[in-house]
Amino acid sequence: MKAAICVFPGTNRERDMAIALERASGRKPLMLWHRETALPPGLDLVVLAGGFSYGDYLRCGAMAAHSPVMAAVRDFAARGGHVLGVCNGFQILTEAGLLPGALLRNASLRFLAMDCTLRVERADTPYTAHFQQGATFRATMAHGDGNYFCDPATLAELEGEGRVVFRYADENRNGSLNAIAGICSPNARVLGLMPHPENCVDPLVGGTEGLPVFTSIVESLAA
Amino acid sequence: MVTRLRVTVFPKAGVLDPQGKAIERALGGLGFAGVREVRVGKVMLVDVEESDPARARAMGEEMARRLLANTVIESFTVEIA
Repeated sequence: MKAAICVFPGTNRERDMAIALERASGRKPLMLWHRETALPPGLDLVVLAGGFSYGDYLRCGAMAAHSPVMAAVRDFAARGGHVLGVCNGFQILTEAGLLPGALLRNASLRFLAMDCTLRVERADTPYTAHFQQGATFRATMAHGDGNYFCDPATLAELEGEGRVVFRYADENRNGSLNAIAGICSPNARVLGLMPHPENCVDPLVGGTEGLPVFTSIVESLAA
Repeated sequence: MVTRLRVTVFPKAGVLDPQGKAIERALGGLGFAGVREVRVGKVMLVDVEESDPARARAMGEEMARRLLANTVIESFTVEIA
């Protein structure tokens, strides 16, 4: 699997993401600076990692969504490419219009840095094939703006088309509509989620509950 | 000639505004009675090299649609300042 991680000024989870991708695929991902205007040829997966791109200026992910590399990522997604956005990466995907809705300030106004339990609502996406449908697993959240919001028509569409991939299964701490933690595009190739599966890929550092996200995508892309 | 645009962005009605709620409660705590609601938005002043007010305003509206506001959650107004 040939993967690349987009790095914006203020991205800070790209190295953890690289470790997770390498652990699952045996191959180091490329790092793509935000000023790149083209993606390397033969790329299978683009990842938008967590952090505070552009210092969260204007709105979380708003500046990154309009950076040069995102024009190339948008084309890549339009051609059927796989794009994974985690935390700030999810915010960038919504700001870029690659996923519907928006991430609002947490309802409590507090930055939430803690474990949460996610339920896998769909085990038939490229990112969740190694989970059991309905399974729950521990993930880590670390965000101030993870309160998923969209208009009622969009929500009905997401739920009706089965595009809610992950839901908070314990407590809906950030106030997301329908406890949504992650959604995908109609072709299930663009996935955004707030919690960090890349935090849980090493038995020595916090467990391996998040690893199936990465082994799933490696296997899906190899198939 | 430079025209100054005032772009005002607010969370849409129905979109939770937790900052507004927190300020509302704080005002109550300070003893201000009868505060019904507080909404928090932002104001941006944009100076553009365009002397025609209609064209300047149209430019500001395009800026707001594409970047300054997220129309999924926010509404905006553009005025000549």
